[in-house]
Amino acid sequence: MSGPNTDYDPVEVTPLKAEQVEAMREAALAAIADARDLDALKQVRLDHNGDRSPLALANREIGALPPQARKDAGQRVGQARGAINQALAARQAVLEAEHEERMLVEETVDVSLPTTRRRRGSRHPLTLQSELIADLFVAMGYEVAEGPVVEAEWLNFDALNLGPDHPARTMQDTFWTEPAEDHLVLRTQTSPVQARTMLTRTPPIYVVCPGRVFRTDEYDATHSPMFHQVEGLVVDEGITMAHLKGTLDHFASQLFGDGITTRFRPSYFPFTEPSAEVDVLCFVCLGVDAAACRTCRGEGWIEWGGCGVVNPRVLVACGVDPEVYSGFAFGMGIDRSFMFRHDLGDLRPLFEGDVRFSSAFGTEI
Amino acid sequence: MKASLSWILDYVDVPEGTTTEHLTDRLTLTGLKLEAIESPGREITGPLVIGRVLTMEPEPQKNGKTINWCTVDVGDANGTGEPQGIVCGAHNFEPGDLVVTVLPGGVLPGGFEIGARKTYGHMSAGMICSARELGLGDDHDGIIVLPADAGEPGQDARAVLGLDEETIEFEINPDRAYALSLRGIAREVLVSVDGASNLRDPAVRDTPAANADGHPVVVEDAEGCPVFVARKVTGFDPTASTPDFMVRRITAAGMRPISLAVDVTNYVMLETGRPIHGYDADNLEGAIVVRRARDGETLTTLDGAKRALDPADLVVTDDSGIIGLGGVMGGETTEISGSTTSILVEAAHWDAVSMFRTGRRHKITSEAGKRNERGVDPTICEAAADRVVELLVEHGGAQADPGVTVVGTPPQMPVVEVPGDLAERVSGMPISEERSIECLRAIGCEVSGSGTLSVTPPPWRPDLTDAQDFSEEVVRLVGYDRIPSVLPTPPSGRGLTRAQQLRRRIGRTLAGEGFVEVVTFPFVGTTDLDDLGVPADDPRRDLLQLSNPLSAEAAYLTTTLLPGVLRAAGKNVGHGNADVAIFETGTVTLPRHAGPAAILPVDRRPTEEEFAALDAALPAQPFHLAVVAAGDAVAGGWWGEARPVEWADAVEAVRAVAAALGLDVSASAVELAPWHPGRCAELSVEGQVIGHAGEVHPSVCQSFGLPKRTVAAEVDLDVLIERSVHLRRAPAFSSYPVAKEDVALVVDSSVAAADVEAALREGAGELLESVRLFDVFTGEQVGEGRKSLAYALRFRAADRTLKEGEAATARDAAIALAAERTGAVQRA
Repeated sequence: MSGPNTDYDPVEVTPLKAEQVEAMREAALAAIADARDLDALKQVRLDHNGDRSPLALANREIGALPPQARKDAGQRVGQARGAINQALAARQAVLEAEHEERMLVEETVDVSLPTTRRRRGSRHPLTLQSELIADLFVAMGYEVAEGPVVEAEWLNFDALNLGPDHPARTMQDTFWTEPAEDHLVLRTQTSPVQARTMLTRTPPIYVVCPGRVFRTDEYDATHSPMFHQVEGLVVDEGITMAHLKGTLDHFASQLFGDGITTRFRPSYFPFTEPSAEVDVLCFVCLGVDAAACRTCRGEGWIEWGGCGVVNPRVLVACGVDPEVYSGFAFGMGIDRSFMFRHDLGDLRPLFEGDVRFSSAFGTEI
Repeated sequence: MKASLSWILDYVDVPEGTTTEHLTDRLTLTGLKLEAIESPGREITGPLVIGRVLTMEPEPQKNGKTINWCTVDVGDANGTGEPQGIVCGAHNFEPGDLVVTVLPGGVLPGGFEIGARKTYGHMSAGMICSARELGLGDDHDGIIVLPADAGEPGQDARAVLGLDEETIEFEINPDRAYALSLRGIAREVLVSVDGASNLRDPAVRDTPAANADGHPVVVEDAEGCPVFVARKVTGFDPTASTPDFMVRRITAAGMRPISLAVDVTNYVMLETGRPIHGYDADNLEGAIVVRRARDGETLTTLDGAKRALDPADLVVTDDSGIIGLGGVMGGETTEISGSTTSILVEAAHWDAVSMFRTGRRHKITSEAGKRNERGVDPTICEAAADRVVELLVEHGGAQADPGVTVVGTPPQMPVVEVPGDLAERVSGMPISEERSIECLRAIGCEVSGSGTLSVTPPPWRPDLTDAQDFSEEVVRLVGYDRIPSVLPTPPSGRGLTRAQQLRRRIGRTLAGEGFVEVVTFPFVGTTDLDDLGVPADDPRRDLLQLSNPLSAEAAYLTTTLLPGVLRAAGKNVGHGNADVAIFETGTVTLPRHAGPAAILPVDRRPTEEEFAALDAALPAQPFHLAVVAAGDAVAGGWWGEARPVEWADAVEAVRAVAAALGLDVSASAVELAPWHPGRCAELSVEGQVIGHAGEVHPSVCQSFGLPKRTVAAEVDLDVLIERSVHLRRAPAFSSYPVAKEDVALVVDSSVAAADVEAALREGAGELLESVRLFDVFTGEQVGEGRKSLAYALRFRAADRTLKEGEAATARDAAIALAAERTGAVQRA
């Protein structure tokens, strides 16, 4: 900037004339309006509002004016620059918006492209089914009991009123371990957990026990040497078969659908007396026009499991006073329940480890 | 148990119009479950009629066979009344005989359609049937020749042949041994079917009194054989054939007709439930003696097997030695043969437990054994023997010998005290004492008293020993279908245990990490461990052996989940799923060799010590996790290249599980089968080893049909669950600015990055917020056998902004300690 002009007092400086300033302003505004993109606008900013722009140069001359004129010129130039700045900002906003819009259009992708890069995991449907069943009972206030699969013979048989010469022992094809005199078996049922539960808790007892069990069955479409059962045990004062029926009716309706009830048939299990086989109403045909039903094979009912009133002998062996307490117990095949709930005709896919099978069920059923 | 319906109804009446379905529905609901209803003629459709052979012309054929060209009168059954021309290959008939003729349009078992067809030069319009062609047995020696009075030509042949006879198969529970007889089934019909009446018990009959003229019998073990009845017939015609009705009923019951003498004993067994044994009386030498076997004695039984006897076996002997395994199977020497004319009939009651043990010891299952070991009515030996004699006389032309031997008396049935309200208390439905008594009497009990009833079960119900047993009898007759449905009210539960919750969390975490859960069998063979490359002295070779495995190749319980998951992964790869990631959780069996698990008494609770000792005798059964991954971890696609799985994925799977439990896992190098010796991590939590992870040894990959670079891990989840952090403290964050320092350190290749990091952390002190290894570099610049580790360090103070140089000072301290501990040199 020039120093103050003290030697003379010119009346006017050409660039600062009103019409000149006005022309510069007009030129700048026109250039701004003409700027097609942000680059062009940047150039316009340099040309018309930069340090070397006409207005900036004119501004430097203000000092040469006499004080009164200086003020007028300053005002003129300031107003012009204000207008230009405003126009620049407005144009900048417009151009940025246009730019962004164009960029967004250019960035368009095919959203139908596949997105799965990582494998999707899943849990085994029998695990899920076991958890579902456990949850039904936990919701009623039951707890989930557990026991080992390699079990003491006494707990798997004797404590459950299956003495060494009980004919029912031949009903269950038991895996024994070596040496035989160790008296260990692969549990043939989840019922030893009943005994364990009574031996470790005091009534009232309300437990379920889902778990793996073993029988020496050759592996085929309907038999497996390993399968899953859920055992239920209730020991409390005044427990009756009506409570058993109520509990299994509730269980059936929760697992298979509203209105699905159970039917009891007399049966025999050493650990319960009276004992019953439990059939569940076919949830496909509801027992109506069962003849054509593939699920229940015309029966209207599906064999589901066994149950009964805990035999007082079992209570005695497990330290529960049968004069005070009574109980019920039930056992259902989880695999079997799964098979008819999900229309699986051959159980082998459950144990083959083919990921296509488990994957079909995801992480909840 | 199978029985033809008409046979059942010989002993009990049901109301007119009772359908088979109604009858079996009722029996099912009271405890005799229907398995199937069969009738031999169900597969036969179309015209099956009685025909009379009018003419038969034998015509020799070129193939050496002679056929008969017959004309058969079938009445109006063929629509014309004209004789039917039929070619027949059999020769066991003559003109005038009544035969069974299927006419064109008929269908025989197996879907065999009968038409008129040209054969051996004749138009043969139909077929003369043999028993086998009708599904009535194996007899194919000739066609069926009906008795002369069987009926008129043209009449439907089904009824004459019993083809419409329905056979009912029941599932008999072990406590209902009495229902292994027509007698028992008829009684069940009586108590189950409304309006059934007039039970005619086949075991109730007048029998001749015992006398001294019978075959001498000495029972030395009255406990093993409380009753022994012997009767004799002579002059039996060994050529006499079994009457048709008996053959049909025995066949329908699932037994094979053999000869009249044998068939009669089987028939009476089916009828009464009492197994009978017949001896060829002419081959008996002296008195029969029943005793336990002695060491070293042997017997060749009817099935031809020579058996070494056990001192606990009950045997029947005579002067010649042992002639039978009492109640289980007879011996060869006194077997009834095709020339037997004198028969000694034995009806004896045997101790059920002895029967069970002997049957199991000698692996003999027989219809007799099945009944004897479940318990038979001890009071009917005389009646059953008498019935056998009657049938042998009636159908075999024999004479009953007047001698009647009866040794012993049937054991008394116990009197059981049964609370009169027990059935009501047990069932939860109103059952009066009167109703209970009525039900108990209906099944044959004697009942007296009130309030507490004194109940004597009938002799055919040895299963009824406890008060509760009688409650089942009452409740089943009142009706299981009438039990109300009432939900009990449990006390408030505590929900899943923490371990149960965590096991679920572990499964969900792995599924979230992309692993698919599988379930495999826990059976392995030593070859599975060979395939894993497990050395001879590895503790995983200490396997619990099964006494009775399904296959010799998988005779042990596994100590590791790896064989199962590797096998499953290999199967998936074999099925074309090259990218596979699976996991399995489950227990493994680690023998403790802690001695026998005692057989404790059952009349009391075990003591705490006894119960603890039982548990201590079990093998350890920790809950394990195994994971396997092969192929690509991240698929290739429009986003870029695929990323194959690598050792780190196996470690990370375990870390993800541990993180879900609030735990950090540290890894250090170790050599262990089945992993790659340079790529196996021993994983620890808080200094305790939990398992291993890494790349699977290439030769193991090959053994299991897996691609190279397959990765796997196995850890003990019990340890993780036990150490899991239950209550995590809420974190406190500093809101002061972070100071970042990057450090590149060069160390020997053998130095573990984890050790360098640990030194950096310790050296950097409490201002250090985090350390992240962001690059590992090897190459000429860092020198042979060296590697460069680049760390990003973040420093922050909880209560202030760090002063100029504070972070750098901490960094330098970190580097100094890393240098001291690991020989690290800061990279220029």
